[in-house]
This record gives sequence, C-alpha cells and structure tokens, in this order.
Amino acid sequence: MTAPSFRDELERLEVIVRSLERDDLDLDRALALFQEGVERLRSARALLERSELTVRRVLEAADGTLTSEPVDR
Amino acid sequence: MIRADRPAGPRVAPSDGAWSVTDVTRRARSLVEMGFDRVWVRGEVSGFKAYQSGHWYFALRDTQAQVRCVMWRSDNQRVRPPAEGAQVFVEAAPTVWEERGEFRLTVRQLLPTDASGAWQLRLERARAALERDGLLDPARKRSLPPYPLSLALITSADGAALHDVLSVLGRRWPLTEVLLLPARVQGDGAEREVLAALALANRLPVELAIVGRGGGAREDLWVFNSERVARAVAALRVPVISAVGHETDITLTDLVADLRAPTPSAAAAAAVPDRAALTPMVAALARRLAQGLERRTALGRERLARTGDRLEAAIREHARRRSARLGELAAALDALSPLRVLERGYAVARDGDGRVLKRRAQFAPGLAFRLTVSDGDVGARAGEGP
Repeated sequence: MTAPSFRDELERLEVIVRSLERDDLDLDRALALFQEGVERLRSARALLERSELTVRRVLEAADGTLTSEPVDR
Repeated sequence: MIRADRPAGPRVAPSDGAWSVTDVTRRARSLVEMGFDRVWVRGEVSGFKAYQSGHWYFALRDTQAQVRCVMWRSDNQRVRPPAEGAQVFVEAAPTVWEERGEFRLTVRQLLPTDASGAWQLRLERARAALERDGLLDPARKRSLPPYPLSLALITSADGAALHDVLSVLGRRWPLTEVLLLPARVQGDGAEREVLAALALANRLPVELAIVGRGGGAREDLWVFNSERVARAVAALRVPVISAVGHETDITLTDLVADLRAPTPSAAAAAAVPDRAALTPMVAALARRLAQGLERRTALGRERLARTGDRLEAAIREHARRRSARLGELAAALDALSPLRVLERGYAVARDGDGRVLKRRAQFAPGLAFRLTVSDGDVGARAGEGP
C-alpha cells in the first residue's frame, strides 16, 4: 500500500491546480507544478481505467501467516 | 436507592398525624419506579382488552399472583394482540397508577414465549447489553473511505451475496482489491466461521469491510444476531458495512455496523464511488491544470511583452539620438568639404558680391575678382582672352 491512493492523487491535484490559479507563482515553480500535475493526472486516469476487479481469497496457514490466492470468477 | 424527591406535602400532617391518600400513593409510585429498572416478566395474559383509544389493558398472572398491565398504543402498534391465556414475555416498567392506587406494569414490548419469542427475548437482551456498552451509540459510527482501493468481504463463498457484491464493485469501481474471507453464514459452525473471518479481517491491510449474506428466512439470519458476532463487528479496525438481505428485520450486526445496507448489492454500491461519475471530475481537474498553466504563462508573456516594449522604445530613442548626431556630423562635414577640395589644388573665383564665377562669360576683360585658395584669398584681374 505504498502507491498513492486515488484520494491522495485527487487531493494533491486540487492543491496543484489551486496554486496554478494564483498569480503570484514564479514561472519555474508553475512549470514544475504543472509537470507534477500531469503525472498525477496520468496516475489517477490509469487507476480509473483499471478494468478488472481483483479478487483474492485470504488463507491462513497453520503457523498463522496470511496468504491469498486469486479467485476465479 | 431512594432519591430525595419526596411527595409534595409534609410526611406527617400537623393536625391529625395522617397522610393524604394522594401523598401516600405518590410516595408509593415514587418508591416503585425508583426501585426497579426495566424488567422482563413472564406470565399468562388474562382479561385482555383493546380500547378504542388503541391502548391495551390486561393482567399477567401465574399460579400465585397477578399484576395489571397497560401497553400504550404507541408501543403496541406493531404487535399482534395476544390471545387470552397465552404465555408471553413483557418488557415493562413497574409503577403505581395513582388514581386507582394500583400497582401496574407499563409494557413496552410483548413477545410470545414460543421458540421465536424465546429467541427474540435473547435478542432483546443482547441488544440491551450492546447498548449498555455504548456499541449502538450513533456517535461511534465512522465515515467510509471515499475511494477505497482494498476491502475485506466476509460472506459465504457460494452465496448469491458474493456474486452480487463483486458484480456491483466490478461495474462501479474495479480499482479496488477484494480480499474474500469466506465463511458459512448459516447452519452449524456459522458463528465460529464468521468470528474467525472477522478476526482475520482485522489483520488485513484493507480500508473497509463488508459483512453479510443474501436474503433468507428470519432463522437463517441468526448468526448476524449473535451478540459475539456483533461485538466482533464492532471491534473491526476499519469501517464496516453490514449487508444482511432482509427488508424488515434489523439484525444486531446491522446495529453495530458503521453503515447498514438492505442488500449485499446496496452494500457494494455504498462502499465505492462510481467511476463513471469520477471520470468527468478528473477531466475537470485536467482542464483546470492546463488553464492554470496557460494563465500563468500568459501572464509571463504579458510581462515579457511589456519589457519588450520598453526595450524597443529605448532602442528607438537611442537610434533617434544617434541619427541626430549623424546629421550634425554630416552638416559639419558639408561645411568642411570645400576646403578639402581646395587643398587638392583647386581655387574658387568670386566677384565683388561673393558670387561664384563658373563660366568664361562671367569674366569680362579687366574684371577684378577674388580667388580663394586653400590658405586664403588673393586678388586677381581677368586678362584679354585665354
């Protein structure tokens, strides 16, 4: 769960857009923010375009460790 | 324990040492009401009468005693009137009806004592226990994560609920990973399996849990009315949606869950956003991002243009000054040029009026004129022919 969540992406995007919408940003900073925004948009869109639901069945081994296996649907 | 609010008036009347009837019944009521919590009472219905007002009056009795009961219309509306002589459980608050000086039960709930009644009694007691522990407090309810990327699903591996939940999740929000914790939801071992699945769910890195089953008869929902299951659901680390497919009954699991959904499909729909609705939102953010940059660069261009204007004006001014200087220089050169010609050995002839004499006809014989040479003028006179 290290990848930023969809929520993180949206929240960061909102912050970026708001900064860009202010006038007092210097141009280098604006460009850097824009670039980051594009990256985050790409990542959010990639998440949205994921088409197949992942379903895994959780199994507990005898020693108590948890594993999971894909579920055929 | 008896509180300090004694009946109005003196405990002992000053004149004859007697209480009024009102005082003594009021005192009795106060003692009775304070001496009991709500109680469950089992007895046989006798002399049942439903009044026009909707209120019910009857007695409950056993072999040795009886007690008058009233059940107000607001409490009896969903209850089937008991048959004369039926064994029932009532949840009641004991009181004294002052007008008649009568000990009485104000009945809140009435349940038959057959199998379903006994079962419901257990349910009511479990519910009361959960309530005492604060597990039904609405303030406990957590809000659901808006865009969950992982959730635990606790239901039967072969029930309709699993299929319904997965199909709704797949349609609305396939971004999420579903960790399935299969458990039998009815029959022998159901409680144990559901409890085990709930314990596992607490060890998974999920953002949300859904626990439930599809529709079933009331007795099939039993596991979701288990107090132990309800407590385990309440103890889940993450927000939980209960989805016990039954329109009319609300189970204990429903009561302790952060959200109660009427069906597994409804639970899935409540668990995740609809990506179809989010796509335009992301598109709007993309637009704002582009416009933000556009605006910011336009601002830059404008500033640059203003700077350019100033530069151009500066250059023009510079050029203007330079051309003025050039003019001056040119004029100076002009003034200087005839001398340069003279230096090369030419001379200029001028008459007495200063007019330059350029042609032979201008030199009448004997005409006095002046010659300007490189270092000054000399006087001269025209001769008689070439």
